Amino acid sequence: MDFGPFLLLALMEGLVTAAVLALTASGLSLVFGIMRVVNVAHGEFFMLGAVLAWFVSVSVPGPAPVAFAVALLVCPLIVGAIAALADILVLKRLNYAPEPTIVATIGLLYILQQAALSFFGPDARPVPAPFSFRIQLPWFGYAGYKLVVVAAAGLLLLAVWLILTRTRAGLIMRATQQDRDTARAFGINVDRVYAGVFAMGAGLAAVAAVLIVPIRQAHYLMGGDPLLLSFIVVIIGGLGSLRGTLVAALLIGLSDGVISTFFAPTLAKILATLLVAMVLVFRPQGLFGKRAP
Amino acid sequence: MKADRALVLHLAVLAALLLAHFLAPAYHHANLARIMVLSIYAMGYNIAFGYTGLLSLGHALLFGAGLYGAGMGVMHLGLPAGPGLVAGTFAGGLMALAVGVLALRTTGVAFMIVTLMFAQAGYLAILYFGQWTRGDEGIVITRAARAIGPIDLSDDASRYLVALTLFAAALLVNLALARSSWGRVMVAMRENEERSRMLGYNPFAVKLAALVVSGLYAGLGGAAYGLMFGYVGASLASVQYSILPLLYVLLGGAGTVLGPFLGALLMFYIIDYASSLTDAHQFVTGAALVLLVLFAPRGILGAIRAKAATWLP
Amino acid sequence: MTGKLITTTPTRRSLLKGLALGTGAIAAGSALPRFVQAQSSATIKLGFQVHRTGIGASYGRWYERTANAALKVINDGGGINGRPVELIFEDDGTDPKRGAEVVEKLVTQAKCDMILGTLFSHVVMGSAPRAGELKVPYLVCSEGHHVAAGALNRWTLQPSITDVKSQVKSMAPWVTANLGKKVTMVFPDYAFGHDHRDYFTAAVVAQGGEVIKQIAIPPTETNFTRYFPQIPNDTEVLYHVMVGPAVLTFVKEMGEFYGSGARPEIFGFIDSLEAVSIDSPGLEFLEGTHFWEGYPRYKQADASEHETFYRAAVGVDDNGASVSDPTDVSTYSHMFSTWETLFVIKQMMEESGYQSTTDRQAFVEALEATAGFDESQEHPQGPKIFNGKTHQVFGLQSITNLAEGKLTRVHQTTMEDGFYPDETDYTTQSF
Repeated sequence: MDFGPFLLLALMEGLVTAAVLALTASGLSLVFGIMRVVNVAHGEFFMLGAVLAWFVSVSVPGPAPVAFAVALLVCPLIVGAIAALADILVLKRLNYAPEPTIVATIGLLYILQQAALSFFGPDARPVPAPFSFRIQLPWFGYAGYKLVVVAAAGLLLLAVWLILTRTRAGLIMRATQQDRDTARAFGINVDRVYAGVFAMGAGLAAVAAVLIVPIRQAHYLMGGDPLLLSFIVVIIGGLGSLRGTLVAALLIGLSDGVISTFFAPTLAKILATLLVAMVLVFRPQGLFGKRAP
Repeated sequence: MKADRALVLHLAVLAALLLAHFLAPAYHHANLARIMVLSIYAMGYNIAFGYTGLLSLGHALLFGAGLYGAGMGVMHLGLPAGPGLVAGTFAGGLMALAVGVLALRTTGVAFMIVTLMFAQAGYLAILYFGQWTRGDEGIVITRAARAIGPIDLSDDASRYLVALTLFAAALLVNLALARSSWGRVMVAMRENEERSRMLGYNPFAVKLAALVVSGLYAGLGGAAYGLMFGYVGASLASVQYSILPLLYVLLGGAGTVLGPFLGALLMFYIIDYASSLTDAHQFVTGAALVLLVLFAPRGILGAIRAKAATWLP
Repeated sequence: MTGKLITTTPTRRSLLKGLALGTGAIAAGSALPRFVQAQSSATIKLGFQVHRTGIGASYGRWYERTANAALKVINDGGGINGRPVELIFEDDGTDPKRGAEVVEKLVTQAKCDMILGTLFSHVVMGSAPRAGELKVPYLVCSEGHHVAAGALNRWTLQPSITDVKSQVKSMAPWVTANLGKKVTMVFPDYAFGHDHRDYFTAAVVAQGGEVIKQIAIPPTETNFTRYFPQIPNDTEVLYHVMVGPAVLTFVKEMGEFYGSGARPEIFGFIDSLEAVSIDSPGLEFLEGTHFWEGYPRYKQADASEHETFYRAAVGVDDNGASVSDPTDVSTYSHMFSTWETLFVIKQMMEESGYQSTTDRQAFVEALEATAGFDESQEHPQGPKIFNGKTHQVFGLQSITNLAEGKLTRVHQTTMEDGFYPDETDYTTQSF
């Protein structure tokens, strides 16, 4: 294939990756920004979203779009509820101390993965897309649904941004982020805010998974890659900075496709991973962050 | 007097392990050899995490360095197993030095993520250089290459005794370290870095030294594992093998000399037993981690030390 | 405490489906018919190292079912040497460290006579040294080339499934003669994929063809579309082999990429779609493409009575899916090896007069001396030639074409197509 169309395809793919990554990583970023919690189980919330979408797709009768709409609504809620429960039962009791919290979320990762294996099984299972049309370009074909994913992810991110900046809930979250104790003094129920934020972060991962699962498929081990990529994005963007996360998702998503055409892809992954480590070492505020977290 | 009590306890554990060589049924005999080797790795982890407060999520890289340092030295460079063991140990230490110089510029959460990233890069590198490492499939170390002089590491009895020797050395060095003034500096670094800085210690140097010692332990553990059990593979350097020593140390008691061994021993048998009741052994691992941080953050020996035996090192 | 730590017979069903395969529930030791009075009437215990969890779990489930089906046939027919047979399954988590521990547990704690069933190469590599040290026959079902390459030991044998090198080599003549001579390969960037890359490239060159591009995909990859543009325009044949959870995405994205437009001929290893239904949404474009299959998933028109028997016994329908759940697709091209391995054990134990664990060496020697196995109920996949020196079996491969939603055989290789010079001689090793 000629370079022009090749680049076009790489960029289109990059956009899809970036969109889903932005959603997933914004969940991680939100939780870190407000709660200072590094959630290693974040990828498993993503996986749960996809797995639950499969359950919905086989149990809701009617045409695929209906089942998909139900999944889009129900899965993030269930995953959010599980996350809130984990927050109340475990993280809160640890008082969000960084190290025990990380260990606990590692434990959570194992538990959720095992639950998926036990109840969902080891096979990769496809979920039908709500609609399937192919766009045939002169050089290659492309799944139209992927472009829908990009649009939907954009809308959802806009909604998150509006919630955070324009609503009372967002104000409370930001107040809690600024100073937990003062927020409490002003009568904010910090516990509830934290549970809510943790649920929202997990819900964002789940909704990203529901969007992407018709393109990929549900599998109980699918959480690893989104977790690592989200980490990368959140770090490059600056821990806890939502805007940085979005920019970084775009950067990583778009460059991922292009880089791997110049280097051997495995080598590209090694270099990207090392690059992230170096960013964290030499510029802990991220490439776009202003100050250290 | 108190110091002696600790020494006696550790020597008694070693004596019990020697006794087990003659008394333990074959299955448990073989398991104990594995557990002792894994304990060396966990002791190394404990030196970084338990004593110095460096929570690394990338120790598999150091374990892997030992594994491949020994394995590839023996299989590709034709090193005898003895020098292979030494090469693996130093590979672990060198890797720790390289990682430490960079990663120790960060603290807390950033340190965890940086170490995680380095380990991931190392894991991918093993796959990428498959021509030499055979990637995920790994390398079987031939029996002929697994002999230290006249000692055949593929023989059950000699393997157990070599494992015990290495374990004993690692344990006693760990004990000496914990009771030395330098050991107290490490703990001070964990408890209050600012204060120890004001007392004239260079936190970076202390932490780097601790990490290198930790890397030597992890390297020795990896090298011994590869040479004794005859297999070197990428999955042994994957992220699960970074979590494993963390789990052992948390269970046994972070910052205690015997904790890593106790944790490894219990966890091995918990998983072994659980796998006969259910296939959900990942659940057992996960639940153990959550329950430990919730209800026994100090681990078994840590709790005993707090309640009953303050002399426990 | 020995013995109690071990589970016998399958313990866990899929909680999701509560599936009840007729073959699954064999109560070991009870109601076993007409066992001839032999010198020893004690149960023969065979340890089965199974991937119940981890990356190999899809395969492991079917390996377990197939082995249980064969066990029932063996016990219904009077066992081995007149003795009842028991399979003891132990999960290795598809992990080489646990694999070695499982070998230990099955041999020294559960007192198994021998061990079989391992699929994933790294688990085989991790476990084989321990099996060799314990001097226990270790019969793997992994299709890896590591056995024949001489990486393992005298106690490790692969008597029922051909290795990658043989499979790949035997495909090249047909592919270059019928599909095209300019080949682009897409494969996972680790040992299994590298075997495909190396052996197929050499075999194509030997046939006068050429591999014009090799595309290695990182093992953690979940999105593949951006690799397809690297396929050169003058590619005549696209050769694909992928394993792992993302296989379906890979194949779907390949379809999206080519769509209805012009595309090269496509030849894939069924590994890309094991345990995946061929009529999954998005796979329509595979119509007309070709596959290697170790054992065709769809029942062929000329299927033997043995195959019919085998399918019924395992509980697989004519489309290669579970009879109780048509969406539960089997790993048909691999799992037959556990069935055949159990019958190899039976035959060799009987021929060598196996009585107790002291006869393990005689068992291995008997197997090494075997020329092969005829197509039969015991070996439904087809005839086999066993190379006692390399411990590797050779057999027939199928190339199938996907037409009207079914894979139909268009070519079967000869035994000779898969031969290659010996790379090792295990019989020179001491026991």
